[in-house]
Amino acid sequence: MEFLETLLSLGQSTLEQGLITSLTVLALFLSYSMLNVCDLSTDGCYALGAIVGGMVAKGEFPLMSGVSPALLPFLSLLFAMLFGAMSGFLVSLLQTRMGINSLLAGIVVNTGLYSVNMAIMKGSPLVSIARNDTVFTLTKKLFKGTPLYDWSAVIVLALIVALVCVFLFFFLRTRLGLAIRATGDNDAMVKASSINPIMTTTVALCISNSFTALAGCLMAQFSKSADVNVGSGVVTIALASLLIGHTFFKKTGMGLRIFGMVVGALVFRTVYTVALRFNMPAYMLKAVSSLIVILAVFVPYITAKTAKRRHFSEERRSKNA
Amino acid sequence: MLDIRNVSLTFDPGTMDEKKAIRNLSFHADKGEFITVIGANGAGKSTLFSVISGGNRVDCGQILLDGNDITNVPEHIRSRRIGRLFQDPMKGSAPGMTIEENLFLAAGHGGWFAGVSKSDRERFRERLSALGMGLEDRMNHKVGLLSGGQRQALTLIMATLNPPDLLLLDEHTAALDPGTAEKVLKVTSDIVRENKLTCMMITHNMQSALDLGTRTVMMDHGNIILDYSGDERAHLTVNDLMKSFREKSGAALNNDRMLLS
Ligand SMILES: Nc1ncnc2c1ncn2[C@@H]1O[C@H](COP(=O)(O)OP(=O)(O)OP(=O)(O)O)[C@@H](O)[C@H]1O
Ligand SMILES: [Mg+2]
Repeated sequence: MEFLETLLSLGQSTLEQGLITSLTVLALFLSYSMLNVCDLSTDGCYALGAIVGGMVAKGEFPLMSGVSPALLPFLSLLFAMLFGAMSGFLVSLLQTRMGINSLLAGIVVNTGLYSVNMAIMKGSPLVSIARNDTVFTLTKKLFKGTPLYDWSAVIVLALIVALVCVFLFFFLRTRLGLAIRATGDNDAMVKASSINPIMTTTVALCISNSFTALAGCLMAQFSKSADVNVGSGVVTIALASLLIGHTFFKKTGMGLRIFGMVVGALVFRTVYTVALRFNMPAYMLKAVSSLIVILAVFVPYITAKTAKRRHFSEERRSKNA
Repeated sequence: MLDIRNVSLTFDPGTMDEKKAIRNLSFHADKGEFITVIGANGAGKSTLFSVISGGNRVDCGQILLDGNDITNVPEHIRSRRIGRLFQDPMKGSAPGMTIEENLFLAAGHGGWFAGVSKSDRERFRERLSALGMGLEDRMNHKVGLLSGGQRQALTLIMATLNPPDLLLLDEHTAALDPGTAEKVLKVTSDIVRENKLTCMMITHNMQSALDLGTRTVMMDHGNIILDYSGDERAHLTVNDLMKSFREKSGAALNNDRMLLS
């Protein structure tokens, strides 16, 4: 019985963490898989979302002084996304209008965001929202006395993730969404279709970074605090999840591919939780994510290579025979 | 309708690889003309198309479309009026997307948030079936799965879904087998005729350069050296063409030598 309870609570925290991660994975799905841009500003943008969200939830953000406290948790999500979108806009500006290579643009913005984040926290190393309402405390109040009480965080997160998935699914079927996909696929074709690839790149990076910041903000509200380093390594964790999801749902329709991103995040978190149970120290999380990314890229590479070599050596053998 | 005035284009200027691809070229095309463009490899034919459609900016000179100066208009704006098929069949369509999605983007109808509608689908089917390649039954296949020839044919449909004012075809049948090439050429001239398009078509096939269209120009060393139309063109044979090319380009060569000595 005790074992079952442990398992249940482990499953619950895996779900919570996995669902938050999955928003970043969906963000990268748009920028990395669709637009074909590796956006390395993810870590900083995640922290930006966490910190802006934290400050808004506390009511310490500009414009927030007179606002009713019940609204703050929701404004927190909104402002985090807005600032995320602005950060994405900056990344796209650097790479489309200022001739900076897309990897470098992400890195430069990521570094700059550290200072921005510190400035938003007014120099203090941590935002604590322990004494303020969050979307999670509000739902807990709502579900008080019902069996859903323990699972309220999972329910909120699942709802948000589902909304984002549905949005992406329909968005990617619109002309704008298709144009973003085409920009990642063949930008000569996009120009020939009278669509400006600078516009599609900008829109995609704004949307994608607003999701990353949303993930950061939810993490801040969930853990009731944020610091300037919350984002560190998030891009690799999200990429690892994305690649896991991709291997499961490679040759399927768009809906399943999007769903696969959530599955990837959950699988990644499960593997990590299991590893922790086997006494892997928590600080190994980042090494594990790096390893998964390396393997997810290396394994298909080496199998394709050896398959080719085998094919040709067999051909040679049959010729010699 | 199209006016090119003293245009030059240099690749990699100021480097060791500097290459003058277009040299002080002037050219005028009237509305409704179907011009075939011939010339040796490296003569600058593809570069000329790229200059017209905005893929490359010129060093100097002017390009006018219906009297409007488009010299500094970006490519994606020019493409509203100028359709283009690339020499490379892979360039004209997005391989990771379906035939339907490619056509939908090319059609450019509806707002940014519109999706593929039933009537779109019917229109695409109808246009594809004109090719006789069975593509209309593969609307949900990824374009990357098509052969080079099928992709080029699809690009032709994409470029003419909204009939452009000027259609540029860069050896668009070079990658196709003879049978398919003939079919695509037939569809091409049908589309051009039905929509009364102004069209320029690059080809290495001298015979079809003379058979198709209303005018033939020859390029060499970044310029237009021969220009035939009307009666003169009607009586021209491939042999005449070869002969005058040798005379003309030989003369150009001699001129260069004289300049050097
Ligand atoms: N992107 C580029 N960078 C540098 N040089 C180029 C570039 N594109 C073309 N050139 C050069 O410009 C000249 C003209 O090339 P272009 O492609 O226009 O020839 P073409 O007449 O289309 O030849 P072909 O019949 O082989 O297609 C060539 O000498 C080529 O090497
Ligand atoms: Mg060429």
